[in-house]
Amino acid sequence: MKVRIKFSKQGEMKFIGHLDLMRCFQKVIRRSGLDIRFSEGMSPHMIMSFASPLSVGLTSLGEYVDMELNTPVSSEEGLRMLNEQMPEGIRALSFRQIPEGRAGNAMSLVAAADYEVRFREGRAPKDGWEERVAAFAAQEVIETEKETKKGKKLTDIRPMILQMETDGSAIFLRLASGSEANLKPELLMDTFIRYLGEEPAPFAYLICRKELYAKQGTDAKPVWIPLEDLGQDVI
Amino acid sequence: MERKLALSDEILLGIEKPARYIGNEINAVYKDKDRVEIRFAMCFPDVYEIGMSHLGIQILYELFNRREDTWCERVYAPWFDLDRIMRREDIPLFALESQDPLRDFDFLGITLQYELCYTNILQVLDLGKIPLLSKDRDESCPIVIGGGPCTYNPEPVADFFDLFYIGEGEVSYDRLLDLYKECRQAGGKWRKVFLRRAASIPGIYVPSLYTPAYNEDGTLASFTPAGADVPAFVEKQIVMKLTDAVYLQKPLVPYIKVTQDRVVLEIQRGCIRGCRFCQAGMIYRPTREKDVKKLKEQASAMLRSTGQEEISLSSLSSSDYSQLGELTDYLIEECSKKHINISLPSLRIDAFSLDVMSKVQDVKKSSLTFAPEAGSQRLRDVINKGLTEEIILKGAGEAFEGGWNKVKLYFMLGLPTEEEEDRKAIAHLADAIAVRYYDIPKEKRNGRCQINVSTSFFVPKPFTPFQWAPMFHPEDYIGFARTVNSEVRSMRNAKSIRYSWHEAEVTVLEGVLARGDRRLAPVILSAYRKGAMFEAWSEYWDYGRWLDSFDECGVCADFYTMRERPDDELFPWDFIHAGVTREFLLREWKRAHEPVVTENCRARCNGCGARVYGGGVCFEGQD
Repeated sequence: MKVRIKFSKQGEMKFIGHLDLMRCFQKVIRRSGLDIRFSEGMSPHMIMSFASPLSVGLTSLGEYVDMELNTPVSSEEGLRMLNEQMPEGIRALSFRQIPEGRAGNAMSLVAAADYEVRFREGRAPKDGWEERVAAFAAQEVIETEKETKKGKKLTDIRPMILQMETDGSAIFLRLASGSEANLKPELLMDTFIRYLGEEPAPFAYLICRKELYAKQGTDAKPVWIPLEDLGQDVI
Repeated sequence: MERKLALSDEILLGIEKPARYIGNEINAVYKDKDRVEIRFAMCFPDVYEIGMSHLGIQILYELFNRREDTWCERVYAPWFDLDRIMRREDIPLFALESQDPLRDFDFLGITLQYELCYTNILQVLDLGKIPLLSKDRDESCPIVIGGGPCTYNPEPVADFFDLFYIGEGEVSYDRLLDLYKECRQAGGKWRKVFLRRAASIPGIYVPSLYTPAYNEDGTLASFTPAGADVPAFVEKQIVMKLTDAVYLQKPLVPYIKVTQDRVVLEIQRGCIRGCRFCQAGMIYRPTREKDVKKLKEQASAMLRSTGQEEISLSSLSSSDYSQLGELTDYLIEECSKKHINISLPSLRIDAFSLDVMSKVQDVKKSSLTFAPEAGSQRLRDVINKGLTEEIILKGAGEAFEGGWNKVKLYFMLGLPTEEEEDRKAIAHLADAIAVRYYDIPKEKRNGRCQINVSTSFFVPKPFTPFQWAPMFHPEDYIGFARTVNSEVRSMRNAKSIRYSWHEAEVTVLEGVLARGDRRLAPVILSAYRKGAMFEAWSEYWDYGRWLDSFDECGVCADFYTMRERPDDELFPWDFIHAGVTREFLLREWKRAHEPVVTENCRARCNGCGARVYGGGVCFEGQD
């Protein structure tokens, strides 16, 4: 049975990097007693794949990992088994069966991500920034220096901004994410701060990833589907 | 659990591996600080990844936390990057669980596993805002207590500690903690009262209650207790019923990769072999085995509670564990079902161990380890290492035929009575092993063989037969290594042999600290003030700081290293009763010079003195 687990990573766990998080999950699964499948060969490893690494320092309410189980369990039972073993700061939120086969792999599906960005105390730009978010996002072209494989390059990031708005305290972002196009929230925020005529300060943002999406529909009319919606609860 | 981290996000995101400082590991213990009476901070004075790999602390952590009135937390030495920030921003060092400053604790326990961490003791005290010298501490400071193998000569760091615990922690800590509560409750100037009374608890050494006097030649003349109520000798504490002792069930599981990133199963304490250079083999006598049934339960419990994917056996010489076959059969069966790796260090290479190893590891990738320690048979007899060239070649041959082609060989240089020929013999032995490999028909062997020869320089340690032995100067050591190197290069199979050797200066410093006395405290303090920290990490090593410190303090390092000590010299550590008697050690020192081999404890009793503990190998088969 192939399952997709949605989980949160909050509090102190934001200091745990992606590789260490993977190791942590391997141990959580062993302790939980979930009958996960191992690969064949000389040094078998758990068949487990994370949707998208989260940078150190970010929290999240919408992380995903796919895995294969030899012995099926219900969603309720799976969640219980995992959450009994999770360290403080990590919670399994949903546990759903997904179709067999490689095509449905979380990592290859990710196309967009939601973020909520707040400013750390004393690090917000000058008053009035709230008013300028809409105008910034409405630009046709937003050029900024972006790290590429060939070094820094002036890139138009506008097509990667799917949504950007504010309620006056936080900024909500939906950004292209994944192998095809990827925009980091920090880069967008730095670009916005420069647009305001200020220099970005280090450690200014508190960023929480809220959700990861697969893309359906057409390019002209994309539909963003949360990864968990591609699976079904197991009764 | 709501707690605030001691370090800001900004600091944590700006340093290497922030997970070193946040705690929250699986099996970490959290208690309500207002509902405990004793707060104990347990410190390994090195970086997190090293400290978290240490079994002893994990045992004590669980032991202390089983007391309802005590909360034991952990603290490690902050790495250079954080050290700099804490000094600059005046942030006091804190324990990982509560994130509270060390100053708030009742006890700071520091384990002394190697001499090169001595400056890190000062770093921890300093960052913890605890006065570095015991005499400057008052009722508001934690009691600073030391433990671990280096306490078998605690004198160089005696001024920094209020107490030392000599021996295995399972025995006397309850009495010490109960006494602490009683004295603190009495109030007033309770600290002095507590220390004075603690001196009568077996295994507790209170350095401030003893006064050394020195002869004109610098040697120790006397070591005098402060009164009739202060014992003249401190008795090593040791668990005689190991199977019934508290055993670890829930080891901590770190997030970041640490040095020993696996479940460690301690199968026995002590060693029957009696190698004359080996301190562990002497101070942990008598050898005591744990019951195999209990070990199986413990292995399963620890794997369940941690989710670790590897388990390793721990002991000084696993091959001497009498139930090893039963234990490894069980582990192999249990672990292969669950895809758990087994690692088996400190096994003698023979048909049995090769069979076991071929079941638990990939023969093509793994390498075999031999520790002949000396190149020639004569010198191996001197050090009482009962390994002959014949045994080594037989073991290596069987391994080669079983598909292995990588061999690691460990030796020491600078051993007592060692001559040029003994050094060259290291190369000859390595070559003989290569020859044995190439004797195998080409079609049956697995490419080239790779023999890694590695030498360290010998450091004489207290409570060993070699505690009388002189050392050498750094340039001598390097000369010894050059001899080995050029001899290796001249061998027929030189291309299959790689040779590496350790630092020489660090060896000399280790030697000074290992057999030093109280006059070294100012030197350690001065080197620390000059920036000496993490001395076991070669990247930051600077011998100049130490040479200057010796000069400034008027202490001659050669006094501690270059002398062959007379038979009857009073040693700074002679006030400790460690089981092995001075007569036995001296007898072994003499036998080394003949050289005569002494048999292991199972073959016959050599009257070392450890029989007084009334158990272990000394009474095997006599129940």
